[in-house]
Amino acid sequence: MAVTTAQSGRAATVKSGISAAVADALIAAVIAMLLALPILTYKSVEQQTSLEVVSRWPWVLVGVAAVFIGRLALNLIWPRLGGASDGLARLGTVLARLFERVGGWRTAIGALLGLTLAASSAGWLATSRWLDLLLIVPLVIGVWRRSPAWLFLGLALFFPFAPGATRYYVENFGILVLIYVMLGWGLNVVVGLAGLLDLGYVAFYAVGAYAYALLAQHFGLSFWICLPLAGILAAFWGVILGFPVLRLRGDYLAIVTLAFGEIIRIVLINWQSLTGGPNGISGIPRPTLFGLEFKAEGGFADYFGLEHTSLHRIIFLYYIILAMALATNWATIRLRRLPVGRAWEALREDEIACRSLGINITNTKLTAFSIGAMFGGFAGAFFATKQGFISPESFTFWESAIILAIVVLGGMGSQVGVAVAALVMIGGTELFRDLEIYRMLVFGAAMVAVMVWRPRGVVSGRVPTIALGATRRIGSDLVKEGHG
Amino acid sequence: MTTADPGPVLEVEALGMRFGGLVAVDDLTFSAQRGEITALIGPNGAGKTTVFNCITGFYRPTSGQIQARHADGATYPLHAMPGHRICEEANVARTFQNIRLFAGMSLLENLLVAQHNKLMRASGYTIGGLLGLPSYARAERVAVDLAKHWLQRVGLLHRADDAAGDLPYGDQRRLEIARAMCTGPVLLCLDEPAAGLNPRESRELNRLLVSMRGENGLSIVLIEHDMGVVMEISDRIVVLDYGRKIAEGTPSEIRTNPAVIAAYLGVEDEEVEQVEQEIRR
Repeated sequence: MAVTTAQSGRAATVKSGISAAVADALIAAVIAMLLALPILTYKSVEQQTSLEVVSRWPWVLVGVAAVFIGRLALNLIWPRLGGASDGLARLGTVLARLFERVGGWRTAIGALLGLTLAASSAGWLATSRWLDLLLIVPLVIGVWRRSPAWLFLGLALFFPFAPGATRYYVENFGILVLIYVMLGWGLNVVVGLAGLLDLGYVAFYAVGAYAYALLAQHFGLSFWICLPLAGILAAFWGVILGFPVLRLRGDYLAIVTLAFGEIIRIVLINWQSLTGGPNGISGIPRPTLFGLEFKAEGGFADYFGLEHTSLHRIIFLYYIILAMALATNWATIRLRRLPVGRAWEALREDEIACRSLGINITNTKLTAFSIGAMFGGFAGAFFATKQGFISPESFTFWESAIILAIVVLGGMGSQVGVAVAALVMIGGTELFRDLEIYRMLVFGAAMVAVMVWRPRGVVSGRVPTIALGATRRIGSDLVKEGHG
Repeated sequence: MTTADPGPVLEVEALGMRFGGLVAVDDLTFSAQRGEITALIGPNGAGKTTVFNCITGFYRPTSGQIQARHADGATYPLHAMPGHRICEEANVARTFQNIRLFAGMSLLENLLVAQHNKLMRASGYTIGGLLGLPSYARAERVAVDLAKHWLQRVGLLHRADDAAGDLPYGDQRRLEIARAMCTGPVLLCLDEPAAGLNPRESRELNRLLVSMRGENGLSIVLIEHDMGVVMEISDRIVVLDYGRKIAEGTPSEIRTNPAVIAAYLGVEDEEVEQVEQEIRR
């Protein structure tokens, strides 16, 4: 059906005749009708004593009419719009060239630095001038090194002290986004670099979270001891899973990893004696700052002579996850430039050629899988300590899907792209919470838009890991996605 | 070529490979001498690439033995070794009929991936490299120098930072040879290196292969359809038809062998003479 519409859609543009456009719109309307009949026509309404079926024929008519008119309008306007989008693309190139002419990132970040300094001296930024340095120092480095990454780092460092950053925003926006940035970067190793499609990444997140929760509960170990242990355990499970399944490719690998994610969750639900089953584990200890707890008396606030507020703990958590995410990023960037990282990317490009060059494919895939899993485990341990309570409900397939969507939309293999995608997807859904159920609609539309205009993600292509001369970006048309 | 030769670099003995009911290679025995170029020719579907896949570990032979022998006398049973160890330990490298480069990676990166095992050890299996030990940086510099050397040899140094997929076809073929050479092979297996090349590129390739032959004891086995290339550069030729060896000898012997010409061109015996003349011309 979709093929028919697409074909007749193309026919309509070719002929650009009104009759073809109407015919195409009619087909679309028929499809809409077929879809609307079972979905929209009848609704069960709860009465006081019984359920009653209410018919909603006008809804169907309105829906079908809307599709007809919309499709007709699209058919008539789209060809002309094609010119407009060409114009937009040209405008984009002109702007990019202008940006280069003006001086690129150095000037742009420099201008921001100037504004920041002005705002700081006027006292519009953080409560203390010293805190403004969190933004100013990275911006200065950014100007020096002409890199927008420092701009993002500055904004991330300064965020908890930014004017208007309340406890709610730091916790539900800042920390949440950073957890997903970290998960995205972790999965990026597996999916983006090694090209292995992993649909069960949340399993490792769960292993990390439960590892910390159980170790803390049963052995009284602190967060800082459990954090590496959680990572190691998750990596261990990555190897356990990876060993039998990595001989599978593509769709088969995806299905098995999907099943693994579900197995872990179902084990967590059913192994009541250890995991508490669906009730989860509560009372997970909070992290301490060199032994200082964040409590009303005798804790962090007392030690530094500050007034106690719960915001301290939140800001502390924010910086922990920021540091963890940055460490993930650092490790990934570094791994990419090492033989193992190059082998991952080579594996994504051509597995057979790798074998002919003496690369042990199983081991290389296993390292990608376990290192990705380790980052997931770290994030899981942080999630457990941040929530103080975990249950299997937090580790459903939905989480895996979101993390994968972040990696794919961001541009597989791109660190900056993944961070931007996490910010937009997770931050966006939090910011649009007021839209209630429609935010999912916005979310879906945004994803469709990205897939239409940037099918290989926000930041596509890749930068070579080593160069004799100047580093040039390699276009996404040449970079492969891997076959699992 | 050499007097203190410990024996042929490659010995294929009674090699058989069947896929279900299809016998692709049947009781094939031949050897490749050290420091020579041995060509494997035959009509389409004669089983040449299957032989290559057996030598380089992509197929496990149904019967028979394949042995690689280094100059120091060490032997490697290629028919029983896992694929990745054939390149790493037996030092047998190969190229592919349908070029298999890492298209999205730069030329330099392609050649560094080829030096994976060496660099992996130098990076302390990643841990040392992650910590930034200077020994890894040194090893990487050496690897880059080797890559530059081979880029220079195949005339692609000026494009070192471009994507391999951006190269024209002929350059891709040469890059694949350079990549195989970066693994430090004793035996190089080339699967149709001249396919799709124009006459000028083909001549350049001949020069490259002849210059590589015997260098550091390198031996070459190649599959080729371009008789110009085969006759000009091979020291020995092995002719296959329907998975069997029908002739073996020097180019001049092969050129005049009626059975070869008949098999190769699928002609009747009375036409052989005529074809022979055409080829001589």
